[in-house]
Amino acid sequence: MSNREWPLWEVFIRSKQGLNHKHVGSLRAPDATLALENARDVYTRRSEGISIWVVESNYVHASDPSDADSLFEPSDTKVYRHPTFYEVPDGIKHM
Amino acid sequence: MKNEDLYNYVLRLGDDSLILGQRLGEWCGHGPILEEDIAMTNISLDLIGQAMSLLDYAGVLDGQGKDHDALAFLRFENEYRNALLLEQPNGDFANTMMRQFLFDAFRKPLYEKLLESTDMQIAAIAEKSLKETRYHLKHTSEWVIRLGDGTDESHQRAQTALDLLWRYTDELFFQTEEDTTLISLGMVPSMSEIKAEWSKTVLSVLEEATLVIPTNNWQFEGGRRGMHSEHLGFLLADLQYMQRAYPNMKW
Repeated sequence: MSNREWPLWEVFIRSKQGLNHKHVGSLRAPDATLALENARDVYTRRSEGISIWVVESNYVHASDPSDADSLFEPSDTKVYRHPTFYEVPDGIKHM
Repeated sequence: MKNEDLYNYVLRLGDDSLILGQRLGEWCGHGPILEEDIAMTNISLDLIGQAMSLLDYAGVLDGQGKDHDALAFLRFENEYRNALLLEQPNGDFANTMMRQFLFDAFRKPLYEKLLESTDMQIAAIAEKSLKETRYHLKHTSEWVIRLGDGTDESHQRAQTALDLLWRYTDELFFQTEEDTTLISLGMVPSMSEIKAEWSKTVLSVLEEATLVIPTNNWQFEGGRRGMHSEHLGFLLADLQYMQRAYPNMKW
């Protein structure tokens, strides 16, 4: 019995046409083909999706949580980046 | 009985699905890894679902008002018509995958031919089931290839499984005199066609898996005539316990 674990894969599911693939979780599998099959079995058994992406977790590069202050806080004070400073004419609906 | 020949044929299909589904379900909570535990129980539930459709239709052909529950829970061992292959114990993971693969490689071409059945109900069941069975075959083929062409240990286990199970494969293609009537009516295909397709799939997957077909080709049979191995009785005890202990219970 080998103690080597299978690699971890991140699973992305597109729930319907026109929507983005969204991250739904992760699983272990020996290779990409079986990762897709496992994702199908684990994450779409209740009709959650119409398309699957799997990416080996090794290939995901993440931002460093300790950098969060300098990365994300500066934008908190820049509300003008939201397009909310326009007068909407009376005749426009659904905005 | 409305159509005894077709009843017997559909019963064989239904019993194959039911018994293999029940067997595979024994892995629930015991899979070698969570993902495969779910994969096997998914396949098990697909098979039980197919068994429900098939046994319901068998009940209709029988014409005595029996539904799938009556046929699944209230027959004795010698009234089951599943092939011996499907009642064999799970063994290790390689054994379970090999058994499933040998069956899926048989079921897929069978359903493909049954799509063209002149019997509308059979064609409809085949259409729904084929989608599931295609995936089962893909999944089990991948596993047989990986186990056979994997580590020394996985290769050895896969080869042992093939050596053990090969003797039950001929029985899958069992065909009766009465079946020839069904064949001439275009209701079911000839098993020789199915066996040709099965051989093609099995040979190519086993070759890729670097596994060798046993040279001793002595074959068991009996399940299709109701003569089962000792394993079926224990399986049915599990399957039927609730209905036998509490007749007519529903849940």
